[in-house]
Amino acid sequence: MASLGGEALTVTHVEKKKKQPPARYWEDPPQQAGNGDNNRGTDGEQAGRQTEQQTPKAKKRKENEDRGDGNKFLSGKADRFPGPAPIPEDRLQKFKRKEKMKKPRRQHYKLKDMIARSEENSEMSQIQAARLDLLLPEDAGFLEGDEGEDTCTISQEDIAESVDITSKTKYFDLKLSQFGPYRVDYSQTGRQVLLGGRRGHIACIDWQSKQLTCEINVMESVNDVKWLHSEAMYAVAQKKWLHIYDSNGIELHCIRKFNDVLRMQFLPYHFLLATASATSFLQYLDVSVGKEVAAICTKTGRLDVMCQNPQNAVIHLGHANGTVTLWTPNQKEALVKMLCHHGAVRSVAVDKTGTYMVTSGMDKKLKVFDIRTFKPLKSYFLPAGASCLSLSQRGLLSAATGDIVQVYRDVWSTPVTKPYMAHRVQKTVWGTHFCPFEDVLGVGHGDGFTSMLIPGAGEPNIDGLDANPFRSAKQRQEWEVKALLEKVQPELISLNPTELGMVDRAASEIKHQDRVKALGFDPLAKVKFVPKYKKKGRSSSGNIEKRKRQVGHEDQRDDIRKTAEDRVKIEKERRQKEKKEAVLSSQKSALDRFRK
Amino acid sequence: SHQMKVKVLSRNPDDYVRETKLDIQRVPRNYDPTLHPFEVSREYTRALNATKLERVFAKPFLASLDGHRDGVNCMAKHTKSLSTLLSGSCDGQVKVWNLTKRECVRTLQAHEGFVRGMVVRSCGTSFFTVGDDKTIKHWKMEAPGYGEEEEPLNTILGKTVFTGLDHHQKDAVFATCGQQVDIWDERRSSPIRSFTWGVDSFSAVRFNPVETELLASCASDRSIVLYDMRESAPLKKVIMTMRSNTLCWNPMEAYYFTCSNEDYNLYTYDMRYLDQPVTVHMDHVSAVLDVDYSPTGKEFVSASFDKTIRIFPKDGGHSREVYHTKRMQHVICIKWSADNKYILSGSDEMNIRLWKANAAEKLGVLAPRERQATNYSQKLKEKFQHHPQIRRIAHHRHLPKSLYHQTKELRVMKEARRKKERNVRKHSRPGSVPLLSEKEKHVVTVVK
Repeated sequence: MASLGGEALTVTHVEKKKKQPPARYWEDPPQQAGNGDNNRGTDGEQAGRQTEQQTPKAKKRKENEDRGDGNKFLSGKADRFPGPAPIPEDRLQKFKRKEKMKKPRRQHYKLKDMIARSEENSEMSQIQAARLDLLLPEDAGFLEGDEGEDTCTISQEDIAESVDITSKTKYFDLKLSQFGPYRVDYSQTGRQVLLGGRRGHIACIDWQSKQLTCEINVMESVNDVKWLHSEAMYAVAQKKWLHIYDSNGIELHCIRKFNDVLRMQFLPYHFLLATASATSFLQYLDVSVGKEVAAICTKTGRLDVMCQNPQNAVIHLGHANGTVTLWTPNQKEALVKMLCHHGAVRSVAVDKTGTYMVTSGMDKKLKVFDIRTFKPLKSYFLPAGASCLSLSQRGLLSAATGDIVQVYRDVWSTPVTKPYMAHRVQKTVWGTHFCPFEDVLGVGHGDGFTSMLIPGAGEPNIDGLDANPFRSAKQRQEWEVKALLEKVQPELISLNPTELGMVDRAASEIKHQDRVKALGFDPLAKVKFVPKYKKKGRSSSGNIEKRKRQVGHEDQRDDIRKTAEDRVKIEKERRQKEKKEAVLSSQKSALDRFRK
Repeated sequence: SHQMKVKVLSRNPDDYVRETKLDIQRVPRNYDPTLHPFEVSREYTRALNATKLERVFAKPFLASLDGHRDGVNCMAKHTKSLSTLLSGSCDGQVKVWNLTKRECVRTLQAHEGFVRGMVVRSCGTSFFTVGDDKTIKHWKMEAPGYGEEEEPLNTILGKTVFTGLDHHQKDAVFATCGQQVDIWDERRSSPIRSFTWGVDSFSAVRFNPVETELLASCASDRSIVLYDMRESAPLKKVIMTMRSNTLCWNPMEAYYFTCSNEDYNLYTYDMRYLDQPVTVHMDHVSAVLDVDYSPTGKEFVSASFDKTIRIFPKDGGHSREVYHTKRMQHVICIKWSADNKYILSGSDEMNIRLWKANAAEKLGVLAPRERQATNYSQKLKEKFQHHPQIRRIAHHRHLPKSLYHQTKELRVMKEARRKKERNVRKHSRPGSVPLLSEKEKHVVTVVK
């Protein structure tokens, strides 16, 4: 009974049977529940019927009042879903680019019109994007334990057993005990993994098909490996110099300007390879033209902790004195210096949205910072300390403590007590990297490489025009050309990446200073007066002096006039003030009676 | 053993890869802003590239039509056919051109001396010419058949020389100017109405395209006079500091007209408020000889004695484009084609030149993707137009050396004049030398 519509119940005995509209799922559910209750009790039935008899008419009247005649169909029925379909507020918020502009104060008709139109457009695009977001095909992965069971106790084998065959193959171990420990780097699309063994072993693997693309031994110690913009090239920081290899393992370049490199970061939209060296140099290499863009001596000692902010391409460096510094290629000094730990900084990571920075230090703490405000959000104490921090696209944090890899969830929003997942590998972890667009964490350790399944790590929906794991050779070529064409110049790197789209409201003075700097002279500077040469003896030195003095007096006169005017103005204001005070004092107030 | 729920991302490649080679590639989209960082800088880079490409592809000159044996003095657009152009030269010859084939289809000796003005009748079947021989001639648009003589349908012998001519939008009425402005009925041999206002000679007369009974004319006493055809006396006139050569009504907002002036400027007036122009268009470095509006009414093109053509936005003080070639001499007449795509210029050295109205536009049919890309880059250019680097590239135009130096010289002269005025003001009684805006400077008075 409860499943039937409210109206259907009312007419059963009392009235003549009219044809009723069939029950619809959008009928008000609370009313339905109420009817159901009424019908169960026999004494309540009558009362229920009474109320129901009135309701349809009242309801209809109310509907008419509410909607007016606009939304009615010819048949007299009202539109049950008037207006456009609603969009969840959080989706709209996700695509919000800017706040609404303030209306111009004066009557700028054209400007007003332009602003209105542009705002209309941006709102429309926001709505369209939000609508499309509802239609995205894939959902993110997840892991939920049994009741009372911690997800961190679930082993990788169990997960691998309970997922599909394709995903099962994504959990694997590579036993490479000879040349480890290994650094790991996944390519932009997540198709290829690059392993760099400390003792010189380099391997590129198409890890999904388990095909080895290339394998070499550089016969030198390897500090770091990094993919460049595509799967065709990668950089290896070797004992002395930086080398670039192609996907066949052929050495393309040996860059002797970059020596003793310990860590590298690749900025994909700028085509910049940022390197941090043992000699405390931070260097930028433009890989599209092969030029060194900037070399900054940070004067902070050995640089072996490095990460990038993917939203604004600022490089974060961690130092032995517990500070984290932020760098761009345009400035010789650090943009920001943050004291984060009481010991040396062991690892730094920044999330995809560029909002949070996670650091771990020798003081065995793991801290989360908001890097928009540079304020600490959360601080956790890990007894074993953490190294090799890495953040996934959906905000999972992996931290290595010795030979255990722990994965945390929501480190910035809720206080975390237990890891989301944990896994023990054979030897000490040396590098971790979440695979983009996959629920996979690559762990490089002393005994080789482990690919772990971390449900919920990767972004489920790919964008075909950016990093597309399924792109064909032709699409890759096209993408490469387009990406090169829209290579962002290194000068545009700054803390706020949207700065370029804003109005420069710098004071005219500052602008003028910049102009003077650019031109090399001050275009607005007062030209020194040079008297004209006059003939017939009128340019005698006395005469010239006289004319100069005249001009000088002219300028003086301006100044004098101005000061005189100012004085008059001040005097006037003073007088007005006095007048006001006099008026006020002459008025009697109610409190005056208490005066002595 | 575990009762857990787990889901791991596992994509079916079939959803992401095209099925056969004949399909187009699948491109799934995700507009999440965090997946697309550096939105603004990338768009800026795209805009910069688009601006550079626009300058690379800016090749406005299309063709030169030669055949006249003297300078081209006037041109007329065909009212019905896009591909037909009529031109009259200083030796009295009139030529009819086929623009698609870029060839002359008909030549006739219309007058002795200059052809001063020509206009195509609104039906497009015939046209009128006036010349230095004091005649108005009415010609058929069709070429005479084999063996037939080239003869006008009608010839009117006037008392004085005619300098300009325009036809009514619909009626069988046309107007000429010379020593006075005459309104003619096509069927009569004497004017139905004559307007004079003082002793002066007129250089151009134009019917208003919307309020079809209104006319405006440029007089040699530095005035622009407005008339209503239905009244016996002129409406009003504005007297400027220098003489206007021609004028053109804005076809979309027909209360605006723009006149080309001898003082190197063009002035857009609102005919209701003549006491000062709406906009002063500056950039030419010599007298402006002719002006014509685009059919959209958003832009107009001007021809000048300084051997250049400039395109101005209707409300912009400076030109957005300048066209010149080594061989083009003083440009005497200019027309904007009715499809808004081309500009035609007739110049002193006997040639008619065909230009693109939009220098970087690709002609011909655009594929949908191409059109989309063009629109997108157009929008980007618009969005970032005020960024200094982009503006510098977008505004850069190569000018002939002489023109470049003349521009510079004019700037210096203007600055000197301004300085002098400032000094005069400084040494005069406050208020006795008022600050005049550029708009106010050039109007002497309005007479009603």
